[in-house]
Amino acid sequence: MRILVVEDDKEVAGFVVKGLREAGHTVEHADNGRDGLFLAASENFDAIILDRMLPGGIDGLRLLETLRAQDNITPVVFLSALGQVDDRVKGLKAGGDDYLTKPFAFAELLARVEALTRRGKSDGPTTRLLVGDLEMDLLSRGVKRGGQKIDLQPREFRLLEYLMRHVGQVVTRTMLLEGVWDYHFDPQTNVIDVHVSRLRQKIDKPFELPLLHTVRNAGYMLRAEEV
Amino acid sequence: MPPEPNASSARPEALQDAAGKQRRRSKPLIRSAGIRFALVYAVLFGLSAFILAFALWYSTVALLQREVELAVRNDASALNDHFTTGGLPSLVTAIHERLAANLDGGGIYLLLDPMGNHVIGNLDRWPAGLDEINTWYELPVSRQGVKSVALLRAFPLNGGGRLLVGRDDRARTELRDVLQYGLLWALGIMCALGLIGAALMRSLFRGVIRDISATTRGIALGDLTRRMNKSGENDEFDELADIINDMLERIARLMDGVRQVSNAIAHDLRTPITRARTRLEDASLHATTTEDLHSAIERAMLDLDSIVGVFEALLRIAEIEAGSRRAAFAPFDLTPLLHDVDELYRAVAEEDGLLLETAIATPLPILGDRELIQQAVANLIDNALKFSAPGTTIFFAGRMEDNLIELIVADHGPGIAEADRARATERFFRAESARTTSGSGLGLALVSAVAQLHGGALRLTDNHPGLRAIITLPGRE
Repeated sequence: MRILVVEDDKEVAGFVVKGLREAGHTVEHADNGRDGLFLAASENFDAIILDRMLPGGIDGLRLLETLRAQDNITPVVFLSALGQVDDRVKGLKAGGDDYLTKPFAFAELLARVEALTRRGKSDGPTTRLLVGDLEMDLLSRGVKRGGQKIDLQPREFRLLEYLMRHVGQVVTRTMLLEGVWDYHFDPQTNVIDVHVSRLRQKIDKPFELPLLHTVRNAGYMLRAEEV
Repeated sequence: MPPEPNASSARPEALQDAAGKQRRRSKPLIRSAGIRFALVYAVLFGLSAFILAFALWYSTVALLQREVELAVRNDASALNDHFTTGGLPSLVTAIHERLAANLDGGGIYLLLDPMGNHVIGNLDRWPAGLDEINTWYELPVSRQGVKSVALLRAFPLNGGGRLLVGRDDRARTELRDVLQYGLLWALGIMCALGLIGAALMRSLFRGVIRDISATTRGIALGDLTRRMNKSGENDEFDELADIINDMLERIARLMDGVRQVSNAIAHDLRTPITRARTRLEDASLHATTTEDLHSAIERAMLDLDSIVGVFEALLRIAEIEAGSRRAAFAPFDLTPLLHDVDELYRAVAEEDGLLLETAIATPLPILGDRELIQQAVANLIDNALKFSAPGTTIFFAGRMEDNLIELIVADHGPGIAEADRARATERFFRAESARTTSGSGLGLALVSAVAQLHGGALRLTDNHPGLRAIITLPGRE
């Protein structure tokens, strides 16, 4: 994927660029709003990682608003030290697709960026999701694995749906909290782990090949084949 | 000799001092709002009183003049009648009679023949300046050596003679003088009273302002315990004092909060920061394998994450306490939100061998911030799970009575000692029994802040044994 990083802090930018390249992406970097806007508007990117406070007269919000005014729909993840609820709302209102507060874990940023780009591609009206021999019918709300019906609670269904929509991608605990439970804060207990392990009991336990994997220091991943 | 230079050097200083004092004293006089108000009041009052008195004076004097004029006219026309019916002799007789009867000397008559000779009358000669016939004059006259002022009018007689009829104006002039004199006095007294009133108002005003300014100055200098005095008369100034005192109360509370937080940061954040730093330093000095190094770095990162978590919680509480979230309040039903929280934590409770007993009423309409209430309830259940022993029950309920919503989370854990309960909602407060468990000591502070933001409260009571936390929130009608 081709990713643009607009971030003025050298340390953070260098770390993010290096990490994204290691993950196999092509990365461009701009250290001020003006250059960032120029790059974003003139070239094609699969995702943009955008700082809110930038030098050069154009801050992150302005940059994104200008971009969206030009009908540019490149997915944008805000990466900002402004962490109040209002800031988050402002960022999403300006057209941001996700909002991550500094300090951040790189795994979290990577997972979110990759989730966004995938979403951009497959946002059609899907009625069936398929991962290996696991299939989900979104209309009848039925789940089968290897032809065998699996009973899921409504929330488990939504959790599995989220994982299946992000198949092959790392999904972090906060992404699950936000995407499945609509919680925007960190519970102190390991609620997500408990729910994921319950889901795992139902979809993996009776079968030979595990689909739901734990990714150390990051989160979970649903995938069909061994890597 | 020595006193001279002393005196000469002392004088300018003294002069300067005096001048300075005067300047200092005159400045507040001009700039004093009390004096300004009082002066405006005195000028307005004086002006209206003066206009009233002047109108009174003017109409009195004018009325008197009109009466005199009328008398003179009537007199003259009567005399004219005598002249037309009886000729000159009859007129002379009539004037003579009038002069004889004119005991008080108020009437003035003078008849001149066509040659200009004195025929009869109590004036020695024709008054100087009286040139026009049939015109009113107010002139000084002299009668038998007595000088006075008179209102005069000359009438022509058939055949060429001239008749002067008038009235001594002394009484009227005197009355006018008395009135004028009185008015001037009254004006003077009014000015004096106005000034005294101004001074009184100023001192009254300053008395009130002095209290306010002394109190606020004291507070500006850092003494937050100062409060406004009230006169006890329940007037506007008392109202103002109440408002200012409320404001000071709030400022003091906020200052207290700031102090508390900075103390807490000093104590509670130093510990994990020290831990992280020690780990990193230890690793950099003693780690022999890259594996050791990696594990030290990872653990230090976890420490830093927990510090960030504390910061975020602190900032969130500050954001809530600032009240800015109120702008985003929306009406919604709490019931599904509570069911969601129940569903999220039920799995954890079951995993921990706890029983989560839930009783959620429907509907629970409220005006508020969904996310914050969600977090507050989640915090309470988090706490309950953390402190409960396996096999015990946690009671979770939401109900509404008399438009008051109660959210209850009760556990059978160690609870909070009664002495500590009041302080349990302070930031970073951790009861002795909670020292060993994980947590930042900010959970209940956040719950309390959320409840207060919604106009409600967090109550902590004994659950015999354990803790019963009750959030009360005003419902939406």
